[in-house]
Amino acid sequence: MPAISTTMSADHRRCDEIFSAAEALVSAGDWSAGGDRFIAFRDAMLNHFSMEEEKLFPAFEQHLGHTMGPTQVMRMEHNQMKQLFSEMQQAVKARDDAQYLGLSETLMMIMQQHNMKEEQMLYPMMDQTLGQKGGEMARQIEAH
Amino acid sequence: MLNTTSLSLDQAPPISIPFRFFLTAPLFAIAAGLQLLMFGGELFVSRWLPLTLGLTHLMTLGVLGMVMCGAMLQMLPVIAGSPVPRVVLVGTLTHVLLLLGTVLLETALVTGSAPATLAAVISLGVGFAVFIAATGVALWRTAAPSTTINGMKLAVIALAATVLMGIAAALGYSGAGRIEQLALLTDFHLGWGVLGWIGLLILSVSFQLVPMFQVTPEYPLWIRRYLPNSLFIGIVVWLLFQLGFIQSEWVDLSATLVLGLVVSGYLLFSLNTLRLQYQRKRRVPDVTLLFWRLGMAMLGCCALLWVSGKLFPPIGNSRYFSILLGIGLLQGVALSIVNGMLYKIVPFLCWFHLQNRQLALMCMTVRMPHMKEFVSDKSAQRQFHLHLTGLVFAAVAAVIPNWFSRPAAALFIVSNSMLLFNLLVAVRKYRSTLKLLLPTMPGTVSGSSTTA
Repeated sequence: MPAISTTMSADHRRCDEIFSAAEALVSAGDWSAGGDRFIAFRDAMLNHFSMEEEKLFPAFEQHLGHTMGPTQVMRMEHNQMKQLFSEMQQAVKARDDAQYLGLSETLMMIMQQHNMKEEQMLYPMMDQTLGQKGGEMARQIEAH
Repeated sequence: MLNTTSLSLDQAPPISIPFRFFLTAPLFAIAAGLQLLMFGGELFVSRWLPLTLGLTHLMTLGVLGMVMCGAMLQMLPVIAGSPVPRVVLVGTLTHVLLLLGTVLLETALVTGSAPATLAAVISLGVGFAVFIAATGVALWRTAAPSTTINGMKLAVIALAATVLMGIAAALGYSGAGRIEQLALLTDFHLGWGVLGWIGLLILSVSFQLVPMFQVTPEYPLWIRRYLPNSLFIGIVVWLLFQLGFIQSEWVDLSATLVLGLVVSGYLLFSLNTLRLQYQRKRRVPDVTLLFWRLGMAMLGCCALLWVSGKLFPPIGNSRYFSILLGIGLLQGVALSIVNGMLYKIVPFLCWFHLQNRQLALMCMTVRMPHMKEFVSDKSAQRQFHLHLTGLVFAAVAAVIPNWFSRPAAALFIVSNSMLLFNLLVAVRKYRSTLKLLLPTMPGTVSGSSTTA
């Protein structure tokens, strides 16, 4: 059975790759392909967030008995990233490459330090505390 | 078993903690440059001259130590998921004592004053003890062990050893204590500082940061798992050999061979880092990457220089060998990486703290500057070229000190002034945006927990 940490970490890597592709296209001035890749990236990220916020976090919070703490910080960082997505979309619309690349650099930093915390701490902890149920959720996510 | 109660994913320290370290570092670099400008080629005659030792410590304590300590206090909550206890107190004490201790040590080395040496030893000893104890607690109680954490633990142990050996050496030179074999002790201090503390910290942090920020493949597992431990064992064995009571040809040869293995380990690391960076998926121009690649290339050059010095005595015994190695390792490897990292950490922290504040206040009308508005690519790149030119001049100055040491010093001063300027521009932008976020509460802007 797959583990939450392997499934979700692999999804981070998938998002990173789409992110890099979009950034490279924008940097090369290819706005039509770059804009499309950006939308694909944003959707992949939003999908990842919703898997966490709707499935994984509630199950983990139920186990912890509260919604404050680590998952709260993760939700807050999701909101920070969502704000950057909307600013990036405006940059795509305006075809402002300096703005897009500055935002993508910023997003990269918050995204990676966020991923680091999830991959090294939160996911392994979820695997451990959620056991069988966690494995089942990971399987559903993979199938999805 | 992972312990959920000790997990904290919050960004622990207020922005003023890392920033005071980061802004002090270029000042010490400028001071080091001024010293070289004043005394010129004399400083490159031998690594043992008091003024040369002073210059070295301005670099290692004032510049590299400052940034490395500040960055560790900032990064531990993210990397280890365990915040540094009493981080504001620890950060404040470490910063003040390191700053004071570096100035005192410089004074002691220039004037030869024994009381200044004693004061420097106390200040640096207590400062590092506080830092080591606090980061040690965070590292050893982490709920998320990793190869990076393991490497950082070894780096902190090496730092403790470096500090103790440095204290003993300082007391020995000032005449305050009787120390046998001072030259050998100084070599241990140097070896453990460079190959232990600085090297292992760069190594373990790279395992984490290089793949994440450049979107490269991971370092091979065997490197991550075994290299830091092997390097650490290497410097322990080297120390034990050198401490051996038998002083024969064989002991010296074995110690050199062990050191050769350690150097090859670092060469392996630098080649692997360059290979991964070459395979990166993120292809946009990035000034931090330029600094990082320069640092890795210099690490390879230094390893080759060391090996050729050992194989060919004319090189190893030449007047410039250890000066060139010192410049290569401190200015070429460590400073390049530290300087490059500042261009990622400083703008990110500005943005992160501001955006956190914005979301907390729900003050969405203020536009958040992105990272490149805090430090522009153009000015960071310009500073990289100054750093690179300064490095070339410094390397030439090691060989031809009379002609090149002053131009090298001038370039070093200009490069670090520009670094300081770039960082101050970021801080000013941070402050002006913070003011916009809090138009009705001007009193809170200067609060020590939020401003740099």
